[in-house]
Amino acid sequence: MSLWSRIANVFGGDGWSREIDEELESHLAEAAEHGRDPAEARRAFGSRLRRREESRDVRLIPWLDSLRADAVFGWRQLKKKKVTSAAAILSLGLAIGASTSAFRLIDALLLRPLPVANAERLYGLSRHVTLPDGKPASFDGWAYPSFRQMRAAVKGQAELIAVSYAERVDVTYRTDLEMEKAHLQYVSGWMFGAFGLRPALGRLFTENDDLKPGAHPYAAISYDYWKRRFGADPNAIGRKFRLGSKELFAGPSAGDNVYEIVGVAPRPFTGTEPGTVTDIFLPTMMHPGAVHDDWSWMRTLASLNPGIAVEPIRAKLDATSHAFEENRMKGLVGWSKQDIAKFLAQKVMLDPAAAGASGLQADYRRGLAALGVLVGLVLLIACANVANLMTAQAAARAREMALRISIGAGRWRLVQLVLVESAVLGFLAAAAGALFAWWSAPFVVSRINPPDNPARLALPADWRVLGFGLALTLGVSLLFGLAPALRASGIKPMTTLRGGSDPRSRRRLTHTLIAVQVAFCFLVLFVAGLFVATFDRLSHRPTGFSAERVLTLDTVAQRPEPPAFWDQVAEHLRTLPGVEKVGLARWALLGGGSWNNWVSVNGAAPNGVLAFFLSVSPGWAEAMKIPFIGGRDFRPVDTYPGVAIVNETFAKEFFHGEDPVGKSFDMVIFQGKRIPCEVVGVVRDAVYRDIHDPIVPQAYFPFASAGAKGELQPVDQGTFVVRTRSANPLALASILRREIPRARPEFRVRNIRTQAELVEAQTIRERLLAMLALFFAAVALLLAGIGLYGVLDYSVVERRREIGIRMAIGAQAGDIARRIAFEAFAMVAVGALAGLAVGMASVRYVQTLLYQVNPTDPGMLVWPWLTILAATVLAALPAIFRAVRIDPAAMLRAE
Amino acid sequence: MPKPDSLQGSLDLLVLKILSRRPGLHGYAIMSAIQDMSDEILRAEEGSLYPALHRMEEAGWIGAKWIVKETGRRARIYELTAAGRRQLDREEERWRAVTAAVNRVLRMA
Repeated sequence: MSLWSRIANVFGGDGWSREIDEELESHLAEAAEHGRDPAEARRAFGSRLRRREESRDVRLIPWLDSLRADAVFGWRQLKKKKVTSAAAILSLGLAIGASTSAFRLIDALLLRPLPVANAERLYGLSRHVTLPDGKPASFDGWAYPSFRQMRAAVKGQAELIAVSYAERVDVTYRTDLEMEKAHLQYVSGWMFGAFGLRPALGRLFTENDDLKPGAHPYAAISYDYWKRRFGADPNAIGRKFRLGSKELFAGPSAGDNVYEIVGVAPRPFTGTEPGTVTDIFLPTMMHPGAVHDDWSWMRTLASLNPGIAVEPIRAKLDATSHAFEENRMKGLVGWSKQDIAKFLAQKVMLDPAAAGASGLQADYRRGLAALGVLVGLVLLIACANVANLMTAQAAARAREMALRISIGAGRWRLVQLVLVESAVLGFLAAAAGALFAWWSAPFVVSRINPPDNPARLALPADWRVLGFGLALTLGVSLLFGLAPALRASGIKPMTTLRGGSDPRSRRRLTHTLIAVQVAFCFLVLFVAGLFVATFDRLSHRPTGFSAERVLTLDTVAQRPEPPAFWDQVAEHLRTLPGVEKVGLARWALLGGGSWNNWVSVNGAAPNGVLAFFLSVSPGWAEAMKIPFIGGRDFRPVDTYPGVAIVNETFAKEFFHGEDPVGKSFDMVIFQGKRIPCEVVGVVRDAVYRDIHDPIVPQAYFPFASAGAKGELQPVDQGTFVVRTRSANPLALASILRREIPRARPEFRVRNIRTQAELVEAQTIRERLLAMLALFFAAVALLLAGIGLYGVLDYSVVERRREIGIRMAIGAQAGDIARRIAFEAFAMVAVGALAGLAVGMASVRYVQTLLYQVNPTDPGMLVWPWLTILAATVLAALPAIFRAVRIDPAAMLRAE
Repeated sequence: MPKPDSLQGSLDLLVLKILSRRPGLHGYAIMSAIQDMSDEILRAEEGSLYPALHRMEEAGWIGAKWIVKETGRRARIYELTAAGRRQLDREEERWRAVTAAVNRVLRMA
């Protein structure tokens, strides 16, 4: 009978009992048929219950009984050594918990299929190019007109679905004063149908809701949002909301921007971006970019029809996309042929997207994988510890094992005995680990994004997670239990009972395990060091401005307002107590906004280097404390286009280091139009959008811009930069929020963040990686240290007779200490060398996660060495003391 | 009539032998076969037959399956496996050795 049916018997013995009953019943009927008296036949049978029990026992009892006995015995063994057992269970539990946690995160972000009908046939489209420096790069954004052509090209074989990058927007249900945030995604009208999703309430979009730009002001909301925002009220259907003026440009939807909720998506579906729970879905036709062929604002997902091969589809999409771009390039002026050829040398790729596609995936894929490996190493270190513990215990119990064999226990029985003990330990550890995983996975997710917009990842504890935990527990139990189990079964009773077993082979095993532990520990420390150094360099990177005491207030106007009104608000803010300086910019530095173009000096062709721009008011540079090194700040009369302030890198890149003040350049915009600007000032370099990027050439333009006839253009959003006098700028936040509408009632603050927060948000991933890696490094070091201590201490205890004899025949304490120390350091040195080799080999897998850190830098290599050395000394000292304190006389007498 | 115990140790042999000759018998038929073939001298008690069958099934010597007989009743029938065939050879060998030894003793005494 298979193991499985045995287990089924234990838990579902009924079926088997019924079978026996039926067989006995059929026997009695047979007897009656052959003319036997039924009563007599029944009597001959005796108690049916007993027959049944007997037959049942035949199958179950021996195995089950032995299993139970082994479990009880194992539990007693664990209880006998409370401290070591608790240490083993806790360390293993921590490691199992961390592994399960890592699995939960990786599964939820990268592996778990979207809850849609055809997840396994879902692919994401991206374009792959080779950058001028030879590095490959990919981009998954598409323009809608291109999408439309590609969709037509593969019609009948695959359905293409457009999904915009989820964005956080302002929505209002009643008045503008009650503005709230929601995550918004524009999706193809046919998406819900293609995904086989049925509404939980109302209706979802169809293709007919996505036909004409700006013509479908309908919204579907997610179940989560329906519950959270509306308390699952059915009357949410038909409610209308206004979309805040998030868009920089007036698109086709810029009417009143009012949408009506028509339905609620099914509960499990939370959008296509793991890491973000979408609240509101709108048809793609309502996105202002739907008609622009140079706006890449959405991802393209492809749902292949069953039985359709990927490559032909990819080739078709590639050809269509290429034709689209080629056509688009025709109207282009100011680009050399090579530049155009380079731009067109992009390859469309189809990658499986069963788990959806999100920026969080792209950002954290490698980081999570690296952490997963670190966690795995910690788990192996913990396993090695327990294996060493069990081996030592097995050695202490060698006589017991020998006795068991000589009174007839089979060797397989002994293997089972030790394995069941391991499993008892493993499952206790798993229970502790489950608690840890239950707490830690959500904790890590909550640390992923900035505090005001945390990542939201569904982390269900379902069969996937339970299955992983179970498999992991059984796996590690086998891992640390198998070697001791096989050793136990290999005992030769004659030698062991005589007392002359050979400890050397066991020592070889434990020493190998220690060396492996040290190697893993070295690797974890090394990688953790790289992450910590990366975070350190990034967070200490000069930004070029002072973020201290600075608040940024993202402000919107109900409709575009003239620049004079914006100045009025800034003036009002300057008069408030506690405010030191006020500037105005289109967006905050590092706030995510970006505007770039090519630059031409003296009418020459652009050199291919992009310059980045930002509109700022007079006094903005002062408020940010970006110092001028030449020229002057803007004056209130300056308008765009006309004048510019550039940074040092801009001067170096485009003016070859000459003083650019008084010189001019053209900003070359896409259609080849040139916008002339005169440089009036030069400022020091500052980071622009991403702290990881090198400093880019930047030009600042006046906030106020003039139209063709010199009339000032109204503006609908900007960011006030306020340097406060108080150490905690947020203390002023609520006052400022109130004062802005007081200065001009058309204005409203959408978001308040400190500039320091924006800087910190840049390094969240690095901080998280550094924090977790450091935590695992500490655990790894602790476990390896404990392991080494245990093994050394045990080896001294075991060899006290030998040490006693050595001392008796004249060995000095120093000699003994040296012997022990040598033993320890030999193991550690071998392990650390191996760790170094593996570390060097694995560097390239984490390279992309590093920032200005050279893994072969001696500093990076020395610190794991020193740390492990210190831990070794600490771990070896007790054993050495114990060894040199052995009294030879007492020891030999005891023998 | 022999006591039930008298079959102890040889019940397996008898069952295996009968199943090797006539595969596909159910419990009652096996019992009847033992009785008939031994001219009513040997009797397998119901109480020991079924546990023995289940034990041998567990050991992998015989296999069992349910069939529906022409009377419409379900019956559990047994067949010898390859392991059972080897076991039968061993048991027969042992039986021959034991009876030969017993016979020798009887002759000598």
